[in-house]
Amino acid sequence: MSSPATPVPAAEALPAVRKDRIPLLLVPVLALAALPLTGSLSTWVTLTFAGLAMGMIIFIIASGLTLVFGLMDVLNFGHGVFITLGAFLATTVLGSMAAWTTSESLLRNLGAVLPAVLAAMAVAGIVGLAYERIIIRPVYGQPLKQILITMGGMIVGEELIKVVWGPEAQPLPLPAAFRGSLIFGEAAVEKYRIAAVVVGLLVFAALYWVLTRTKVGLLIRAGVHDREMVESMGYRIKRLFIGVFIAGSALAGLGGVLWGLYQQGVTPQIGSQVNVLLFIVIIIGGLGSVGGCFLGALLVGLMANYTGFLAPKVALFSNILLMVLVLVWRPRGLYPVVNR
Amino acid sequence: MILRSLFSGDLPRSRVLTVLLLLILAGLLLTPFLFSGAKSLNVAAKICIFIVLVSSFDLLLGYTGIVSFAHTMFFGIGAYGVAIALTHLGPTWGAVAAGVALALVLSMVLSLVIGLFSLRVKAMFYAMITLAVATAFLTLASQLSDLTGGEDGLSFKVPTLLQPSFSLREAPFLGAYLDGKFISYYLLVAVTLVLFLVMLRIVNSPFGRVLQAIRENEFRAEALGYRTVVYRTVSNVLSALFATLAGCLLALWLRYNGPDTSLSFEIMIDILLMVVIGGMGTMYGSVVGATLFLIAQNYLQDLMKLGSTAASGVPFLRNLLAPDRWMLWLGILFILSVYKFPTGIVGRLRARVRSAP
Repeated sequence: MSSPATPVPAAEALPAVRKDRIPLLLVPVLALAALPLTGSLSTWVTLTFAGLAMGMIIFIIASGLTLVFGLMDVLNFGHGVFITLGAFLATTVLGSMAAWTTSESLLRNLGAVLPAVLAAMAVAGIVGLAYERIIIRPVYGQPLKQILITMGGMIVGEELIKVVWGPEAQPLPLPAAFRGSLIFGEAAVEKYRIAAVVVGLLVFAALYWVLTRTKVGLLIRAGVHDREMVESMGYRIKRLFIGVFIAGSALAGLGGVLWGLYQQGVTPQIGSQVNVLLFIVIIIGGLGSVGGCFLGALLVGLMANYTGFLAPKVALFSNILLMVLVLVWRPRGLYPVVNR
Repeated sequence: MILRSLFSGDLPRSRVLTVLLLLILAGLLLTPFLFSGAKSLNVAAKICIFIVLVSSFDLLLGYTGIVSFAHTMFFGIGAYGVAIALTHLGPTWGAVAAGVALALVLSMVLSLVIGLFSLRVKAMFYAMITLAVATAFLTLASQLSDLTGGEDGLSFKVPTLLQPSFSLREAPFLGAYLDGKFISYYLLVAVTLVLFLVMLRIVNSPFGRVLQAIRENEFRAEALGYRTVVYRTVSNVLSALFATLAGCLLALWLRYNGPDTSLSFEIMIDILLMVVIGGMGTMYGSVVGATLFLIAQNYLQDLMKLGSTAASGVPFLRNLLAPDRWMLWLGILFILSVYKFPTGIVGRLRARVRSAP
């Protein structure tokens, strides 16, 4: 700490935090750089929307993971379980409301999707509470054991999901009103992707509002920055952490529903498959930063779709490539928060 | 005295464990004579290969305290090295040697680069980065189909001596046919034994002590004057090299290699389960863990089938006991191991000795 010992005027003691806006440019720069490469504007619009939709869904899933890490140094390798859980719950709920999902009316479709989303979030949240108790709490502050235990949680969770829903892949068809595309000029954009982008933006706005405009959000941000200081002020950071963990699990459940619908099917393995992508996103964003996670998710989503179109073989490594590039530029991610 | 130096002064230190290890050794040595049929020989061979692989992982996780998810990558490099060399150069011993050597060099370079670049960061990051690298490598292996055979993998011929059609003598000897499989199996057992003893030597050397010091308290080890980054990187490289050798053995035994047999993430999880259940940081734990796991994998399912049929009236319980869900029970055992007895079965057995007067 290099704080001066002599008292300084209040205005100098707390200089205004300089806003770092350069990473914000990355998303438009990447999108514009891809424009001449894709050749036609309509293809570019389609790809961009696909990338944004994918990025939004990944953001919804990863936001909880990055906050949980920032707050308590807990990296949950079993985060994927909640995705799988959400997606399978959606198959059950939507499957039992076939009359509503096949109806052409948007209102009825939403009437089916909404309970599915709520069920997924509620169950994922409750399971998250139990998971925190059983799996994570006994190994606070022991990184090695934590990695092993959460990995064990992943194995057991995946197997339990197989016990309940069976090991086979299950279809998760889109409700009728979300199928097909909207045509803008010559560009076709799938309706569901627009819906995913909207949901993602809503979640981001809600998170942003909670984190910057409420007291709980203030405490969470302060806790991410310096846990001990917040504790010494008399706030119970553990309780806060449990809340964040449950919210993160519920968001992963929501993300699971969206991801399942995006893929139009669910397998018990989707959680562990998405895991690697999540880690890449939160590393790119800077661990603990929700804003960075948002940017990272969008970058990953766009990159995957552009390279998937331009050079399919490269696409499989595009995420790793992106991570390496970002880390070369900023070794601790776009927005480094955690100073530990 | 000879025994002591053979085991590098690190004897099992528990009567039960000694008996267990002797049983495993005897079982492995006598499998071709005791059991007929390909399945038991395959299980025994896999146990040998995984003893090497899991021990090499224990060197990293148990002794140095590094969690890496890229261990199967080195296993895969070894397997692909032999597979590619034998496919392109024909079934000769020279090709085997070339494949092993190339694989070892590649593994060394890769593990050195990964280690130097990322072992400075905290355990969590290292785990994440290795997970990403391993996933990329798996994708790479299944994409470079000209070299690796893609998803289908490579089937190849091994040197004549190891081919199943080769035969030392026509008549069976004590009930076992002295064919190429027989020779490969004993070659495998011998190499396993040697590699295991070498690893035991490494962890009980002064170098190994430094690794344990780093595991216990990295800051203190650094303060004592040990360059922890160097030691951790060397440990990473050594463990990668032994995993590569295990991969070579796998390819020679199976005469096939593909992404799923050596690179998949499932194998990584299996290794984790074996080392934790057997006992981290004990070396013998790898032997016990690998044996237990592979026997469970191959024979527990038969037992669970019985339980499942018995509980067929109860819908949920039936699913819980279904033979395909055996990983569930091992997963629970894994979590309990990490909580209750972090040194696994071996640590448990040794603790009993120590608490006795």
